[in-house]
Amino acid sequence: MSSIDLRGQIRVLDGNRAGAYGVLLCKPDVIASYPITPQTPLLETLYKFEAEGLFDPEMVEPEGENSAMGTLIGACAAGGRTFTATSSQGLSFMNDAYLLAAGNRFPIVMAIGMREQVSPHGVISGQQDAVLVKDHGWIQIYTESCQEILDSIIMAYRLAEDEDVLLPVNVCYEGFYLSHHSQRVEIPRQEEVDAFLAPLKGMNRLKWTLEEPMVFSSYTVPPELYTEYRYKMCMAHQRAKAKFDEIDREFAAKFGRSYGGQIEEYRTEDAEIIIVTMGCSTGTAKVVVDRKRDEGVKVGLVKIRMFRPSPKERLIKVLNGKKAIGVIDRNVCYAWNCGHNYIEIKTVLSDLDRPLPVLLDFIAGLGGADITDKHVEKVVERTIDAAKGKTYEPVTWLSLE
Amino acid sequence: MKFMSKFEGPWSTPKEPLDIKTGEWRSQRPVTKREKCRQCGWCFIFCPAGCIEEKAHYFTADLDYCKGCGVCSNVCPAKAIMMIREEI
Repeated sequence: MSSIDLRGQIRVLDGNRAGAYGVLLCKPDVIASYPITPQTPLLETLYKFEAEGLFDPEMVEPEGENSAMGTLIGACAAGGRTFTATSSQGLSFMNDAYLLAAGNRFPIVMAIGMREQVSPHGVISGQQDAVLVKDHGWIQIYTESCQEILDSIIMAYRLAEDEDVLLPVNVCYEGFYLSHHSQRVEIPRQEEVDAFLAPLKGMNRLKWTLEEPMVFSSYTVPPELYTEYRYKMCMAHQRAKAKFDEIDREFAAKFGRSYGGQIEEYRTEDAEIIIVTMGCSTGTAKVVVDRKRDEGVKVGLVKIRMFRPSPKERLIKVLNGKKAIGVIDRNVCYAWNCGHNYIEIKTVLSDLDRPLPVLLDFIAGLGGADITDKHVEKVVERTIDAAKGKTYEPVTWLSLE
Repeated sequence: MKFMSKFEGPWSTPKEPLDIKTGEWRSQRPVTKREKCRQCGWCFIFCPAGCIEEKAHYFTADLDYCKGCGVCSNVCPAKAIMMIREEI
């Protein structure tokens, strides 16, 4: 037996390798990817799997990220299951093919080992690359742990290839913090994943063949038809939300691990204030929430897993009646001087019952900086103060204090 | 909600939902001399619009889609295809 075939075992793996096992278990037909830090070890692991004969996808070595995505668009049109991964400028270089994949409704799964964007140049962790493309039509799932990367890739295929969805899915994980940090990971057995993905086989999916040629990405489209495609894509995004909750429940029943679907609600039931996080800082924040709970503070946490489409309905439900919300953002929106999840939550506020909760934003962890328990404690304390009616800064650049 | 396409995405068969009659752009049209045609199929292979159809003893262009580029006439080894000006 191969020395790297760890399926069915519990091992210590970093995020890239955990992700690679997720891909292996889903048996893609075509993989085309261009190496870029911090995603590279994921790709190397996939090549190792192929060299050891663990799986047999078509491995394409393109000259860049744009061609990688272009290759997968063709493979997907022919009915194939596809995978690629990228980071930072690689994602930017891929941009027009990235748009084509979503617009053409091709269920490609792509991992993003998230890294800061230029300029300044930085091979450092962040979320800016992935949040930049939030309205490019892809579904985006953000993960907290190495285990969640592996599991989310399996769930991503179930979601992407569902006949009610047919959209490409990003599985995003912070570079270095997750990509290069090792954790305990349970690697599912092949039969379990085969059974979990089996419903996709009976699904309705068009295939482009020589016998029945078709056009995709058609142009010279009349405006009514153009609008129709946009509307249908919007509806597919809306359908994907409840579908993702369903997939998570089914995953929990089969594998014994649940992540809450679109969002994870952590000790929120009787909470008066809520901390909102996305990505790997959630782990640290949960520790602080536990600590504050021991001190008698009624604080809970909401982790955004599905950033795109927006988990609006779930957020409204969990945030209703709360006194204050503190958002931790590892990304920046220049236009509004805040982070992206602050804008998202602010949009949801208008649908909440009065009196509205107070909303605070904390920009932290940019440029590969740690988000420590001390940072999160500050976030909790200031959010409590704001809930008590004290004056507060709506947006704080936490790392600059 | 009124939809024009039965497809979820911007996909189309050669006719549905995008049946663009590119033949309307034509200023000249190919005419096949049936007795000269050797049915080698070069016009079929080279036609950039993919609009050459095979008949019982010859090949001919579907004028709904032929843009009149003249490639078929150029490649025909039997010189069986002539281009004729379209007149209004």
